Amino acid sequence: MGDKKTGWKELPEGDILEGGSSLKFKTGNWRNRRPVHILDKCIHCFICWISCPDNAVRVDSEAGKFKEFDYDYCKGCGICAHECPTQAIEMVDEQEAEK
Amino acid sequence: MATLKQLAKREERFVSGHRLCPGCGAGLIARMVMLAIEKPVIVGNATGCLEVASTIFPYSSWNVPWVHSAFENVSASLSGVEAAYRSLKKQGKIDEDVVFVAFGGDGGTYDIGLQSLSGAAERGHKMLYVCYNNQAYMNTGVQRSSATSKGAHTSTSPVGKAIPGKGQFPKDLASIMVAHNIPYVATSIPGRWNDLVNKVEKAVSFNGFTFIDVLSPCRLGWPHEPSITMEIARLAAETCIWPLYEVVEGKYRLTFRPKEKKPITEWFKLQRRFAHLLKPENQPLLEEIQKEVDTKWEALLKKCEG
Repeated sequence: MGDKKTGWKELPEGDILEGGSSLKFKTGNWRNRRPVHILDKCIHCFICWISCPDNAVRVDSEAGKFKEFDYDYCKGCGICAHECPTQAIEMVDEQEAEK
Repeated sequence: MATLKQLAKREERFVSGHRLCPGCGAGLIARMVMLAIEKPVIVGNATGCLEVASTIFPYSSWNVPWVHSAFENVSASLSGVEAAYRSLKKQGKIDEDVVFVAFGGDGGTYDIGLQSLSGAAERGHKMLYVCYNNQAYMNTGVQRSSATSKGAHTSTSPVGKAIPGKGQFPKDLASIMVAHNIPYVATSIPGRWNDLVNKVEKAVSFNGFTFIDVLSPCRLGWPHEPSITMEIARLAAETCIWPLYEVVEGKYRLTFRPKEKKPITEWFKLQRRFAHLLKPENQPLLEEIQKEVDTKWEALLKKCEG
């Protein structure tokens, strides 16, 4: 005791993670079913985009068009297919799709 | 209110690569809340599913400054951050308008974090508190909380010979928050994105503490098919077991009135935690719950008219 107390500026920093770095962690391999887009039926309403908990639906926001599913992150929950008002998304077995 | 195509032009502040379950309601809520805010945001997160799944070392799914806190004190931690920014602004060191958002599950909000929540609300810190309410301690293995529905099976209210699931009705936290005389309190669901986005936009426009309780379907603990997360949330509103309303400066307003009020069995039958309630021997309990839902709904309608 009696030593000078360490000020907060001298203390080591806690762990600081880089913002948005989880993009480096791909969750697509969790999937056992994948959404497949049927362009003819799509009305580009973006409901699938807002309905994805994993932000795995890519849209062209300038053109206002659906672009693609990002299979790097899609976990295959199927909310997009369930919510699609025009049945423009079909869930297919992942292993079948891989073939 | 922003349209979907306008929202799509905004930067994603809650990004892919988090490890929430497929079809998780909390992931939807976090994304929608973050998309609804255009100003710079600082987020605080109580311990819970959202926190542990979005910040597994060395990754973070938050594209904004984000502070980890313990189970009980996200409101207190973020109060400190907000006060520090207020001081820096007063000193002329920053001039940015920053929005503060706290996320907590029902465990970290209704139970363990209640005192710090109450303190921050009473002091009137300028922040939005979002409770993603999945109605149990899902992250630690589905233990009952004070937000769990009566009759629900959880690991600490197991259905068996002794009890037919949880014995108590959930705590009415929205009313507790209204009693703090804060400018904005609302309930919402991720199943109606416009309801949630609209309420977040509104909440952050107030100069004070605001609170939104968002029902968060849990495919693991309720459990339900992951694809119906949004539908099951809408059904909770349509059966009036989770009515959608807002309280602006103490004045109640219904934000969704179902065309036809559905019986609670419509909501129960999609979740295994309520499967026993549909058996003939539990008919009296089912009727008791329906009666409570009806009474609460009528009382809410009266408040909205008054």
